[in-house]
Amino acid sequence: MAQPMGFYTDTTVCIGCKACEVACKEWNQLPARNGGVGVLSGNSYDNTGHLDGIHWRHVKFIEQFSADRQDGRWLMMSDVCKHCVNAGCLEVCPTGAIIRTEFDTVVIQSDACNGCRDCIGACPFGVIGINPVSGTAQKCTLCYDRMKVGLEPACAKACPTKSINFGPIADLKELAKARVEQLHDAGERRAHLYGADETMLGGLNSFYLLVDRPEAYGLPPDPRIPSRNLKPSAIWSTLGALALTVMGIFHFRERGSGPGRPQGVDV
Amino acid sequence: MSSTFFTASPEWRWFIVAYFFLGGLAGGSYFLATLMDRVGPEQDRPLVRLGYLVAFPLVCVCGFVLTVDLGRPERFWHMLVQSQTFRPMLKTFSPMSTGAWVLLLFSGCAFVSFAGTLAERGWPDWAILRLGSPAAPGGRLVTGVGAILGLYLAGYTGVLISVTNRPIWADTTLLGLTFLSSATSTSAALLILLGAWMGLSRDRLHRLERFDRSALILEAGAIVGLVASLGRIATVWLDGWGVLLAGVVLGGIAVPLLLDRERRPERRPVWIAPALVLLGGLVLRMVIILSSDRL
Repeated sequence: MAQPMGFYTDTTVCIGCKACEVACKEWNQLPARNGGVGVLSGNSYDNTGHLDGIHWRHVKFIEQFSADRQDGRWLMMSDVCKHCVNAGCLEVCPTGAIIRTEFDTVVIQSDACNGCRDCIGACPFGVIGINPVSGTAQKCTLCYDRMKVGLEPACAKACPTKSINFGPIADLKELAKARVEQLHDAGERRAHLYGADETMLGGLNSFYLLVDRPEAYGLPPDPRIPSRNLKPSAIWSTLGALALTVMGIFHFRERGSGPGRPQGVDV
Repeated sequence: MSSTFFTASPEWRWFIVAYFFLGGLAGGSYFLATLMDRVGPEQDRPLVRLGYLVAFPLVCVCGFVLTVDLGRPERFWHMLVQSQTFRPMLKTFSPMSTGAWVLLLFSGCAFVSFAGTLAERGWPDWAILRLGSPAAPGGRLVTGVGAILGLYLAGYTGVLISVTNRPIWADTTLLGLTFLSSATSTSAALLILLGAWMGLSRDRLHRLERFDRSALILEAGAIVGLVASLGRIATVWLDGWGVLLAGVVLGGIAVPLLLDRERRPERRPVWIAPALVLLGGLVLRMVIILSSDRL
């Protein structure tokens, strides 16, 4: 197996140019929403809205201003599939369409997916959606086709500020830690890494440098694997099934059918 | 805020509501029919036959709505067979994967019992179909297995939505129990309704009515536990969905239980309580599935 590869996104140098979104759309031949008819969201410069089956990269614009507009800042972040080491989508997929590649990335095989959408609800980050053209669930592949021939993903290639860094996970973690230290030394004490260690879903192969709480970026503070609920749910259901069986035996057994009661019509 | 609120909706809507409701009825009816067949008196045979006769048509509808709901319906078989290797596709830790197999196997059991029950009456009078009659040794084996599969079908849907990361669904582990108890209460209600429609006397329906009361009490307990386990997240139901859920508890559980405690229940039409239970079971699934969709 090749070494694990992924993204490290330094949100502090993102300028919101959306080159990553465009490169992703271009390379992966993703269709436009609404037949290409533009619809303005009214939410800052963000007309993409969210990640889904036809938007595999999404540049978020977070405006943080005081009430009098005297103080404030913009946070920008290019969001993408996290390629979790413990991936909820891969866990629940009933068709085997979602696979882990030799690069430790998570890919949906469109020709095997039947569009059941279980993976959409299982993803802790809400990155998967149905592509209306294929009728299947789709998301970032980390440009698996490009990686197989030694190319970097289209988004990382297009990023003009090196906000999106691509490479071996071990190297990216070193780079990210050095950047956090640099920011701390410069006085930005809020800088921290999101998903770089194994406590979050075994590690995210696409992790982030943030300068605010994850929730400010629309990221879950405590993403978890969906199978955490499997065992307790199954135990409660089994206990319920046993209780219903005992109730049935108690009520249905030959008892309490008083003699002489009227009999109905047979069917 | 719970991390489940940062996820995307799978947009499971009316087809899935229908599947959860009808699947519960199919599995529950088959389970109750088998239980009545095994431990009940001979006079319950008409209800046993009804249970087997409704389970198969219902499960056929389930397969149809599930297939139609897929983004690529022609690939429904990918749930059971790996499309690239043609090997069996089963993930024991994925409720949707195990559920697909249970639906297939239960459909087989339901068909054998359906055909065997009809063949007992000579519709058609084929010896091979009579082998599957619930009274025949082979048919008893089928109904035993089918009853277990039916219970699984009735309850796994709640487990399936819990094994996601969606608000409400993944914030509790009691949905499997809730749907299971609701499936058996609605199935008993369906058999009571059909039995009354077929002309069975109230006396013949008495055992099923007593069972339904117990199942409703279990269902009420499960719903109370469900809301309690959600904690602050349950406040998302402080809107129309909460009103509907309260309607389920009052109209679909409390009122049927109170009606059955009447001093002279024979003066009340037999269909009122089971109709309310059935409506409550449907609305319960609507609330659970659709209220998460907008979050």
